[in-house]
Amino acid sequence: MKISEIASHLGAVVVCGRDNADRDVEFGFASDLMSDVLTLETDNLVLLTGLANNQAVRTAEMSDIPCIIFVRNKKVTQEMIELATESNITLIEYPFSMFKAVVQLSKAGIKPVF
Amino acid sequence: MLFDFEIQGGDFATAGNASSQIKKILKQLNVDHRDIKRIVVALYEAEVNVVAHAFGGKISAEINTTEVRIRLVDEGPGIPDIELAMQQGYSTASPEVREMGFGAGMGLPNMKKNTDEMHITSVVDEGTTVELIFFLNQTPPNH
Repeated sequence: MKISEIASHLGAVVVCGRDNADRDVEFGFASDLMSDVLTLETDNLVLLTGLANNQAVRTAEMSDIPCIIFVRNKKVTQEMIELATESNITLIEYPFSMFKAVVQLSKAGIKPVF
Repeated sequence: MLFDFEIQGGDFATAGNASSQIKKILKQLNVDHRDIKRIVVALYEAEVNVVAHAFGGKISAEINTTEVRIRLVDEGPGIPDIELAMQQGYSTASPEVREMGFGAGMGLPNMKKNTDEMHITSVVDEGTTVELIFFLNQTPPNH
């Protein structure tokens, strides 16, 4: 599923990285603990998190994660946008709970990592 | 090739800058993407550790066609019991570090998993030296 399709499926706002939104993602992982994200070996992954800070973007950069969805109405900062743009990562803001986002993405065919 | 970077202790806004620079260098050198991922994941964990626990530190990375050696030397409290620190789930991280999405006692084991060799030496009240060694192009193609 393309990142752009994920955003429209969720009715969520793409904050930056529209150029990257044609990329396909197959798997999803939901976590506020970046240490858990850094243990994953899966590619083509979308990360759902309520942790809106630079380290979420850095974690995605190191783990080759092309898209982060910030749940629970967490807002992306200008600094996060700059870091994400540099690494070609799409940032999406979603006003509802992580659970709701997971349910919607699962229905759309996004698979769990494990 | 040798590359040097500085790390500011306690500065979470810039934590990861050195790892990001090294990732760009590895990409330019056409290092295999699977090797790049394990190198930068281990390095980023190590960089976050310096930011979280030390006053500051230095990273020196030696990159050639067959291996990458990265040494992180920090000035800080040191690790009194390295074996204990290596245990999954053991952490001395502050609440601030936990708010950043870390401090679950997973960093050192994850660094070990992603390296081919890892050496840690530490002197209490002086600092810690971590050496991360990666042999390149050893991953099976279908991994």
